Amino acid sequence: MAEPLILKTLTISAGVAPFVSVSLTAAPGEITTLMGPSGSGKSSILAAITGTLPDGLSATGDILLGTQNLSALPAWKRRIGILFQDDLLFPHLSVGGNLALGLAPGGTRSERRGRVEQALAEVGLEGFAARDPATLSGGQKARVALMRVLLSEPRALLLDEPFGSLDAELRSQIRSLVFNHAKARGLPTLLVTHDPQDAEAAGGPVISLR
Amino acid sequence: MTLSPSRLFFWLTVLLLGGPVLAGLIGVVAGALDHVPGLQTAMPAGDVWGAVWSWPGIGRSVTLSFWTGLLAALISLASATIIMAGWSGTRSFTRARQWLAPFLAVPHAAAAFGIAFLIAPSGWIARAISPWLTGWDRPPDLLILGDPLGLAMVLGLVVKELPFLLLMMIAALPQAKAAPSMAVVTALGYGCARGWLLAVFPAVYRQIRLPVYAVLAYSMSAVDAALILGPTTPPPIAIVILRWAADPDLSLRALASAGALVQLGLVLVALVLWRLGEIAVAQLGHSLAESGQRGSGRAAEIAAAKLAATSGIFLIAGLSALALWSVAGAWPFPAFLPETSSSRVWASHGARLVETGAATLFLAFAVVAVSLSLALGSLEAGPSRRFLTALIYLPLIVPQVTFLPGLQAALLTIGLGSGALPVGLMHLVFVLPYLLLVLADPFNALDPRYRTIAAGLGLSPARQFLRLRLPLLLAPIAGAVAVGMAVSIGQYLPTLLAGGGRVPTLTTEALALATGGDRRVIGAYGLAQAMAALAPFALALALPRIVWRNRRGMFHG
Repeated sequence: MAEPLILKTLTISAGVAPFVSVSLTAAPGEITTLMGPSGSGKSSILAAITGTLPDGLSATGDILLGTQNLSALPAWKRRIGILFQDDLLFPHLSVGGNLALGLAPGGTRSERRGRVEQALAEVGLEGFAARDPATLSGGQKARVALMRVLLSEPRALLLDEPFGSLDAELRSQIRSLVFNHAKARGLPTLLVTHDPQDAEAAGGPVISLR
Repeated sequence: MTLSPSRLFFWLTVLLLGGPVLAGLIGVVAGALDHVPGLQTAMPAGDVWGAVWSWPGIGRSVTLSFWTGLLAALISLASATIIMAGWSGTRSFTRARQWLAPFLAVPHAAAAFGIAFLIAPSGWIARAISPWLTGWDRPPDLLILGDPLGLAMVLGLVVKELPFLLLMMIAALPQAKAAPSMAVVTALGYGCARGWLLAVFPAVYRQIRLPVYAVLAYSMSAVDAALILGPTTPPPIAIVILRWAADPDLSLRALASAGALVQLGLVLVALVLWRLGEIAVAQLGHSLAESGQRGSGRAAEIAAAKLAATSGIFLIAGLSALALWSVAGAWPFPAFLPETSSSRVWASHGARLVETGAATLFLAFAVVAVSLSLALGSLEAGPSRRFLTALIYLPLIVPQVTFLPGLQAALLTIGLGSGALPVGLMHLVFVLPYLLLVLADPFNALDPRYRTIAAGLGLSPARQFLRLRLPLLLAPIAGAVAVGMAVSIGQYLPTLLAGGGRVPTLTTEALALATGGDRRVIGAYGLAQAMAALAPFALALALPRIVWRNRRGMFHG
């Protein structure tokens, strides 16, 4: 059963000077929005949760998934999925290769291929597995990136302004696609954005950073 | 604290960069103090230094090394700067720069032979202008090769150091914020070249200071270029040291060690002088910038094109001369082309060339394989610290002739006398720095968000490396392998010292022929040496294109 993502006075410091601090609970199946202007430390909070804070920054406070403390785990054992503004599909792998990369090991080759095909079908990209990601449109790439992170069965989903590079029409379309999938899977989801429309569409609690 | 594999590689790399130089310096000091184990020549230290300074022609040798080294470094840096100022940022420059790495790959010896074949009194240049312009129907009696001022040697050094400095400058451009700076100064009304010199060059120079020092140190102590193009009476100090070290009279060994320290002192003095020069030039630059004078910089752009073309032509024409001589039959003096062709040289030396070439390539490949694992491993350990950057240049700045004999003595004490293993170890000391230099930028330029995403997908660091970073960096890694192999193939002194004559490579064989003077054989060996160094580049260019032929995203962005 999905568990909430809880930040307890998570404080990010550059050297010894703290520059952002936040406490929140992102409930499963709900999209919690973290709002703030650029430079307010939104992305650093996400980096602390994924365990990839750059050198020079440090975090104190607790990051919990249910009752498990994530802070002690290395990044790759936390199982926190993240989507960025850019799709960041791996350019050396096919579309199917990108999806299979996140798929948990196990299962026969045809089973794994079946799950990849099924995931592609879910977002209207049947038969795209063999394609070079560089030949996809922006909307198609965004959908592949979404399915890649979902196939890895994360325990929480982080969204780092993931709709920023899309034009208005595509933006609302991809936004509701991402939100619906996250909710349907009961994932605790944390959205970082400076766009009030994103927060409104998310429909969950909104926390503002100064 | 547990030691992860990448940390282990990092510390091994540190050890391999710093250790040999340190061991070599200790060995050379011990040698100069006459404490070489097993060698009891019983010459008091004072006598050693007295013998060094009273050696016939030693003063001239020291002056020669000092002056040719400074001159070669100055010309290389000035040419590279003018080329960058007048040419960088244009489309033709972008196209031309992919040819730089192969230019860098041509071994010093092959380049020097090529130049010798061009500028000798009976060389291609003299033939091109004779007899119609000069009236010469016999080679003129001029001392061009091995001229007492060492100018031919300087030319040989510049042709090789120029592409290295250009590559280093190009690599420094992004960090020096060249593009935005240029946008600002051109908007202020400065011509491209002048704007580049005033606004970009200072930042670029700060980045390439260590490579420049390496060029200076190398030019002052180069052995292969000196053997082929340098004066002989007296030769540069590095050659004198080698003769002492190789002399059957063992009492000269202590002189060799003392000489090695003289060479080191010479380089240190030159570095101090150079540093003072930097300060003076910076002052000059400030007042020039404050004067606010504008200029079109057209002259610099033309000079840039001419300089780049000349050095390129020199290298290519030189290699062509090597190729032509290797198949020449009768080729009397003023004729521009051979009158008959002959396969005699290739027929009689072919088997030996193939054998030596294969051994050279195999050695290079083995050295690169080990160095590459170390370099990638230590890059995986995280962004390199400053002290690693300094360490990278240590083996490139401390003259080979200073620390290699001492290192050899140190290897001897642990039972590695001579043979393929010590040769490989010594090559490693020079291949590893170049691999780190070539790989650091592409490695650090990978979008850090790939790492975050991969971790989010649950990929362990090892899988991230194998499935993502390795394939994503295939092109730069292939390029680095080519550079590393070229560095190994070109090594002369380490191969000579550690090989003890039993590990012949194309380079040691070619230089052994230098004194013999059979142009046809030298042509064949020089060409084979250059080809061995260039072939990996062709593969490095082709490999990513074949492997990623269906992946457009791997070629841009």
